[in-house]
Amino acid sequence: MDLSGYQRRRSSPALFLSGRKNMAMEVTQVLLSAQSIDSTVRNHAEETLKQIQEQNLPNFLLSLSGELSSEEKPVESRKLAGLILKNALDAKEQYRKYELVQRWLSLDVAVESQIKACLLQTLASPVPDARSTASQVIAKVAGIELPQKKWPELIGSLLSNIHQVPPHVKQATLETLGYMCEEIIPEVVDQDQVNKILTAVVQGMNANEGNTEVRLAATRALYNALSFAQANFSNDMERDYIMRVVCEATLSPDVKIRQAAFECLVSIGSMYYDKLAPYIQDIFNITSKAVREDEEPVALQAIEFWSSVCDEEIDILEEYGDSFAADSDVPCYYFIKQALPALVPMLLEMLLKQEEDQDQDEGAWNLAMAGGTCLGLVARTVGDDVVLLVMPFIEGNITKPDWRQREAATYAFGSILEGPSPEKLTPIVNVALSFMLTALTKDPNSHVKDTTAWTLGRIFEFLHGSTVETPIITPANCQQIIMVLLQSMKDVPNVAEKTCGALYFLAQGYDDVAPPSPLTPYFQEIVQSLLNVTHREDAGESRLRTAAYETLNEVVRCSSDESAHLVLELVQVIMAELQKTLEAQKLSSDEREKQSELQGLLCGCLQVLIQKLGSSEPTKYAFMKYADEIMNLFLRVFDCRSATVHEEAMLAIGALAYATGPNFANYMPVFYKYLEMGLQNFEEYQVCAVTVGVVGDICRALEDKILPYCDRIMTQLFKDLSSNQLHRSVKPPIFSCFGDIALAVGENFDKYLMLAMPMLQSAAELSAHTSGADDEMIEYTNLLRNGILEAYSGIFQGFKNSTKTQLLIPHAPHILQFLDSIYVEKDMDDIVMKTAIGVLGDLADTLGSNASSLIQQSLSSRDFLSECLSSEDHLIKESAEWASIMGSGFHSRESVMMASQPFLKDLRSERVESGVRVGDDIDEWKNHAECIFCGRSTYC
Amino acid sequence: MASHDIRRPFKRPAISDQQRRRDISLQRQAQNRRDAQHQARCLASTILSLQPAQYEPAEPDHQLQLELEPELQSEIESDVQRQDLRGIDDVRQASRLKGAEARRWFAKQLMLPEWMIDVPERLNTDWYVFARPAGKRCFVVSSNGTTISRLRNGSMLHRFPSALPNGARTSNNSNSGQSYCILDCIFHEPDQTYYVIDVVCWAGMSLYECTTEFRFFWLNSKLVETGACNAPSTYHKFRFSTVPIYNCDHEGLNVAYTGPVPYVKDGLLFCNKHAHYQSGNTPLMLVWKDENCSQYVIDTDGKGQVPNQQQVVLELLFDGKLATSDDPPVIFGCLSGDFIKKTGLQAGNLLRFAISEGGLSFVGWKIRESGFALPRQTQPCSTFC
Repeated sequence: MDLSGYQRRRSSPALFLSGRKNMAMEVTQVLLSAQSIDSTVRNHAEETLKQIQEQNLPNFLLSLSGELSSEEKPVESRKLAGLILKNALDAKEQYRKYELVQRWLSLDVAVESQIKACLLQTLASPVPDARSTASQVIAKVAGIELPQKKWPELIGSLLSNIHQVPPHVKQATLETLGYMCEEIIPEVVDQDQVNKILTAVVQGMNANEGNTEVRLAATRALYNALSFAQANFSNDMERDYIMRVVCEATLSPDVKIRQAAFECLVSIGSMYYDKLAPYIQDIFNITSKAVREDEEPVALQAIEFWSSVCDEEIDILEEYGDSFAADSDVPCYYFIKQALPALVPMLLEMLLKQEEDQDQDEGAWNLAMAGGTCLGLVARTVGDDVVLLVMPFIEGNITKPDWRQREAATYAFGSILEGPSPEKLTPIVNVALSFMLTALTKDPNSHVKDTTAWTLGRIFEFLHGSTVETPIITPANCQQIIMVLLQSMKDVPNVAEKTCGALYFLAQGYDDVAPPSPLTPYFQEIVQSLLNVTHREDAGESRLRTAAYETLNEVVRCSSDESAHLVLELVQVIMAELQKTLEAQKLSSDEREKQSELQGLLCGCLQVLIQKLGSSEPTKYAFMKYADEIMNLFLRVFDCRSATVHEEAMLAIGALAYATGPNFANYMPVFYKYLEMGLQNFEEYQVCAVTVGVVGDICRALEDKILPYCDRIMTQLFKDLSSNQLHRSVKPPIFSCFGDIALAVGENFDKYLMLAMPMLQSAAELSAHTSGADDEMIEYTNLLRNGILEAYSGIFQGFKNSTKTQLLIPHAPHILQFLDSIYVEKDMDDIVMKTAIGVLGDLADTLGSNASSLIQQSLSSRDFLSECLSSEDHLIKESAEWASIMGSGFHSRESVMMASQPFLKDLRSERVESGVRVGDDIDEWKNHAECIFCGRSTYC
Repeated sequence: MASHDIRRPFKRPAISDQQRRRDISLQRQAQNRRDAQHQARCLASTILSLQPAQYEPAEPDHQLQLELEPELQSEIESDVQRQDLRGIDDVRQASRLKGAEARRWFAKQLMLPEWMIDVPERLNTDWYVFARPAGKRCFVVSSNGTTISRLRNGSMLHRFPSALPNGARTSNNSNSGQSYCILDCIFHEPDQTYYVIDVVCWAGMSLYECTTEFRFFWLNSKLVETGACNAPSTYHKFRFSTVPIYNCDHEGLNVAYTGPVPYVKDGLLFCNKHAHYQSGNTPLMLVWKDENCSQYVIDTDGKGQVPNQQQVVLELLFDGKLATSDDPPVIFGCLSGDFIKKTGLQAGNLLRFAISEGGLSFVGWKIRESGFALPRQTQPCSTFC
């Protein structure tokens, strides 16, 4: 190892060297101890590692890279050294990752290059684990440096390795290229380098590459490099070549290579769908051979290819419908429709390859499952056409003595229920329904019963409900169906779970039925049966208890008024259940987790009950007598944990606040600390988000009675916004929450303006432009915009008619500018449009004539408003009408003059300066005065 | 680069019920936020929803009610009830109401006089008097560039431009929607004039909590300023006018009773100087009518002809008794159980009776029910005032 250059730059090389040597020895030992079976030794070693890292990070990283690259060291310490190095470069949490990136970039250049040199050197190590670990670390460093235009020589030096003789160097280099492509986005590598990488990778995949490891590494690298190959896939020759090599690799004698090659095909199927046409026939031949003859991992990938093509075609057809214009991005090539006659029989064959215990195994994934899933996607892609192809298989197998045949037939039937038209399916389902009901109770095999229950659920999901013309469930069979389902809920857990699912969709189909719901006569019995299920000894298996509560929730949600008194009784029952969970004491951590899960289900159920009963006045009134007791229970659920709050309980409290209204003030003194705890929960961001929503509920319930808590809530919200630990999805709702608070406390919000307004402004500036962002980013940006705008709306409306409106005037220009820029950007969604135009009205409403000249200066408010006024979206139009009414308050002379002749300028200045009434010639113009927003004549 | 997981959801719904509960909560919160904002916006411009033509077509009620979601409607109704309880400040919230709801609300807002049946104490010092113009009693609301008058039953009389603050879309009105007026008026047909007898809100300022003395002062000083008393013009369709108001001393009473006014008189109104504006009947506002100061002292039919017999409308109580709508009600007599049974009448029905020499006769029914003597001086019902 050549340290000379490095040492020369150091002031006291000798000291450093000795220090480093000691450290190196020490590090090996510590790294080995950190993997010791003895936990005391292990903990001690981990502590030591932490200390070294904190004392001197550069030295720590240097010694780790030295350890990794040193052939004298044991493989265990080398691996762990590499792993720690890797973890020093990347983290799951976004904020932590950012910190690590900054830390790496601030390292001394000399240290950095020394580490890189060690890493590259390790690629040539004869020890496979060391090479592989180094590959991953190099990719992480590349992920940080390439976007910064640093380490430009990396790709060149990797590619030069490709021509090295020892195959293991080649293998490690290809692996590194693969990992690297996984870490970076295509934009950071120029096309010339992409070409070189692809050339190296595809050459490595070629059939004449003698070394299996090299070929496998190359094939896996291609999987990650595919997204870099946009240009190459547009070039016929290059694409042909890549496709040929991939297809050849699917025929490799090595199963891992075949699997990796099919993974490439799957990825190509979705990434380059529009380039598949010339190859689809060959791919079909390859895949159908693999599905039928190859080993399971390969066959599963081959099926997955067709599933992903279905995904693409479903997306395209959903987006453009059947009529797509010539200018649509990607046309549908109807590959599935063309392949149908051959594809369906192949998938049906797979259905017969079930495993004995697949229904009990949560992680199971086999040919039958993949085949059925693909069949379902095929049905969604082609619709009616699939039915005739599948029916003979169903009819031929469903009564066979072999359970596999009955199960496969049932599964096939269940799979094609989504996609084909109800007209096509209803007659078949009508015939099949009573058969299914019989099978569910009588079939001796529980696989068959499991699939039958699932199929019934699919029937109810897709063919039962107010949108279906011919009802499947009629007064004649309703009772029988329910009795069979209730009976079947006593079956083994996996069958009972699917039956609960079927009942769920049965209830959902009656959601919007004209009362009384046909389920009303059975409501009590259904609820009792579901409660019985939750009490089963084995309800913990197969998610059974969860499924039962979820179904109970849906039955309650969809019940009609006739069952209201029973819903009310159910409140007491669930309260008693929740009470029971609180009595358990001295729980093990395992038991504690179970308790928490059960409490979650019960709080969820109570939430649904509160919402149901709160939705009409008489039931709300009847429910109120339980409010205190329920709140008390929720608080005790919170007390079961020390540091976090229970998300489900928090959600339920939101519903309770909405139902109780101003009386919720009674709970605030006790509840507040949990609210704050929820707002502080950065780690479980869902909890934080839910709590922010509950703050909004409470604002609307308490109105200005929330004032005593506002300082603390706002402080916490400010902290949340400033935190880079908190998941970004929580930030838009926090802004909306500002609006809720402002609306509740009115002008008392004034003291928060100083902090809130700059925060809103900088967020607004960030979200004004989306150029170059991907869909996900645009979606988030729109959420953020909506939050910001809701904050502005709430603040303006809150301050209206107060003496403090002048506090808002200085903020009007940037708010109007924000509206301008999002209008100009043309990428806002309907929700943002509605909120934005509302803000324009709020601003005009609250600031009155103070804002008129500002609004007139705004570039686009007029166009924006007229666009909204002609919107087909009811809510946008309503908001726009409101804004135009507000804006019409400013039919002032200014607007006339701004919009009209230059000769009026003098008159305007006269008016503005002297404040006197201008002459008659202006009055003439009055008739032509326009609304400052919409440009419509004032007197139109 | 391990092999890539291709497992897909198997026999399970795509989203969990918990996620669904979250989503439903978020939807509910978004809806509630929308409602809260909507309410706040409407508070601004008192009668926003009453104003633009598209919100209230000629016969809008059925249509509008269909559009209202059931919950929303019940919410509004309960709001209306609350508003009644909470009282005066809530005139601003009337803005949320549309069509029939608006009518119902405005129908309850006018201050209504009781009959003067005795002389209040300190009449000469604490009371005003003026000759009441004959015509349609109404609330006139100016806001957002238009003016709307609503009759006692809440239905709309006119929609027109006026010189009242924010009463027309003229360039004078640079106020925002916050600026609005609510005036208590009588529309006098013969000269097409709105005679303003009280003011409830002026230019966005509520005068509910102010004394009659202040309100009359404010009205007299502000109304003329606006030009509302000028002759009608393009942006001022009807003339407004104040009425001469006098202290209840001998001279004031005399002028009010006998003095000439530019309008047809319909009795004298007495207003307590210290009273606040209050919806509904109040003993702090009294009306006197006799033949000298009102042509409507006795009933007339639709054509203004005096019918042969005066009529009275009485409410049938649950025990068969007949009562006036006075507070407290005055019992006039009762119907026999047989009669009620035969006619299918129910408690709460309003029945019209003709007053004849022998007593009351049930108009529209041939059967006469007389059994008690009519007092010589009939107590008129306040429903006629």
